[in-house]
Amino acid sequence: MSAAATSIAHEVPPQAGPRAFLHRLRQGDQIAHLVTLTFAALILLLTSMLVYELWMNSHLSRTAFGWNFFWTKVWDPNFDNFGAAPFIYGTIITSTVALVLAVPLGLASAIFLSELAPRNISDVISFLIDLLAAVPSVIYGLLGIFIVVPLMRTTLGPLLINTLGNVPYIGVLFRGPNYGVGFLTAGIVLAIMVVPFIISVSREVLLTVPREQREAAMALGATRWESTWKVVVPWARTGIMGSVFLALARALGETMAVTMVIGNAAAIKASLLAPGDTIASTIANQFTEATGDLYLSSLIELGLVLFLITFILNGLARILIVATERGGGRPA
Amino acid sequence: MIALRMFWRKSLNFVMLTLTGVAALAVVSVLFLILGYLLWNGGTSLSWNFFTQLPKPVGETGGGMANAIVGSLKLLFLAAVMGLPVGLLAGVYLAEFGGKTFSFVVRYTTDLLNGVPSIVIGIFAYSLVVLPVKHFSALAGGVALGIMVIPITVRSTEEFLRAVPGNMREAAMALGASRWKTIATVVLPAASGGILTGMLLALARVAGETAPLLFTAFGNRFWSQGWGQPIASLPVMIYTYAVAPYDDWHRQAWAAGLVLLALVLVSNLGARFILARSKAV
Repeated sequence: MSAAATSIAHEVPPQAGPRAFLHRLRQGDQIAHLVTLTFAALILLLTSMLVYELWMNSHLSRTAFGWNFFWTKVWDPNFDNFGAAPFIYGTIITSTVALVLAVPLGLASAIFLSELAPRNISDVISFLIDLLAAVPSVIYGLLGIFIVVPLMRTTLGPLLINTLGNVPYIGVLFRGPNYGVGFLTAGIVLAIMVVPFIISVSREVLLTVPREQREAAMALGATRWESTWKVVVPWARTGIMGSVFLALARALGETMAVTMVIGNAAAIKASLLAPGDTIASTIANQFTEATGDLYLSSLIELGLVLFLITFILNGLARILIVATERGGGRPA
Repeated sequence: MIALRMFWRKSLNFVMLTLTGVAALAVVSVLFLILGYLLWNGGTSLSWNFFTQLPKPVGETGGGMANAIVGSLKLLFLAAVMGLPVGLLAGVYLAEFGGKTFSFVVRYTTDLLNGVPSIVIGIFAYSLVVLPVKHFSALAGGVALGIMVIPITVRSTEEFLRAVPGNMREAAMALGASRWKTIATVVLPAASGGILTGMLLALARVAGETAPLLFTAFGNRFWSQGWGQPIASLPVMIYTYAVAPYDDWHRQAWAAGLVLLALVLVSNLGARFILARSKAV
């Protein structure tokens, strides 16, 4: 009997103090904890190094231009004069065009998938749309160059100039020479690229809207569309906004497809048909040719700007999506 | 009057609901358009030479992209070796050991890293690896892709580990297994299908990345001379060939696009297949 008692007493680990620590260390728990902790901390280290490198390597440009970097409209490598204004403008314009086209299309598709389509059909279509999101951006660029650009040059561009170009106020967006490449072409390609993200996030959010909300609206005599548009969508609007922010962050940082169809000109033009450049496309195009230290430093500062913008947008998007999924959505 | 209003509401209902269907159909048809166009243009340009020969000098027709295919595989290998272990172990930490505050910070940072534009990751890898030695290298490209692999792997690993039922852990520990033994022999095997899927998806995503390779791995028209030298990759080749003014290069770009897309889509489908099977078991 005493033998059994001692063996049990031996198996019970000490409760606290250095002996407990040693015991756990011997069993390997503490080591496993430390090893995995190290790798988790490595992610923090990598991210801080990323910020540090961008900050340090853009030092030359930051001291040379200061805040003027953001307003200067000239980008002249020959005279070492660098301003980011044309690229910030191009980034904003192309992303705006992309969202204007992608948000209605994406939201409509998400509504179809969550409200109308039977569940199995909806799942198949969502699967195909997820595949669309997996297509590499250089492939979108390839199709952009050989399909969208010719289409723009021969058909869509002249059509826009002849119709919308004559409308007061917005006509100025569709005037001037039409090369096929430009802000609008880049915006169209971007729209196709971000639509899958809007659809899959919005669909998830719409599916979390309680069934009772729909039933209550229908019971009051609302049509299917009225219940969707006046009850379900407002309920999910925070999450839908989140999906739009996510899409925006992607559109701003998208590089290859834009670089291939935007025409690469550091110019601010009112016309959407004019060639331009975005922050990302400028870095992609000029980084390997940057000869001077100040040139390289300015390009890295562009990278820093892009990093900060997407950082803020991603943070906002996450907060919005989490807020809705936790049931924070309210009836309008 | 009421009848008219009812008619209007019903028509609006019909029109809007039809439009949502049309929108969904339009988006899905884009996928088939992409596939069809690539199959048509790439298929007619694809030949055996594409897989076996080096690029020909400008002006000569023919040649292939054997070096870029091997280069892409080498870069993926580097990315897998550097990124997957970090992602896996950090994911294990978050799911099994993590406390509250620190885990929140790690999770948030991981999502942040996931959202960083790939071109910025390229600048990071450039300053880490290329600047100190002053020349482009396969290693730098691998580092860039490896960093991009980490956040995707972390989040999928954590998600699938959390999905393992708690009573499996309790059963193992009740049999006297220590915590890490439980994780290594019970929890990880149970989640292995999902974790593998996540890893495959992560690699599929970086396989198509071009922007971070432009000024890290750079490009090479010949076989790479080693890990410390510039190396060709399929996505960068597609970019270079597509923006060049030669018809023959355009044909090669289509062929390369078809090969790359096939690679990416097949690994996506494969990943889902693994996941479906591991769920069924």
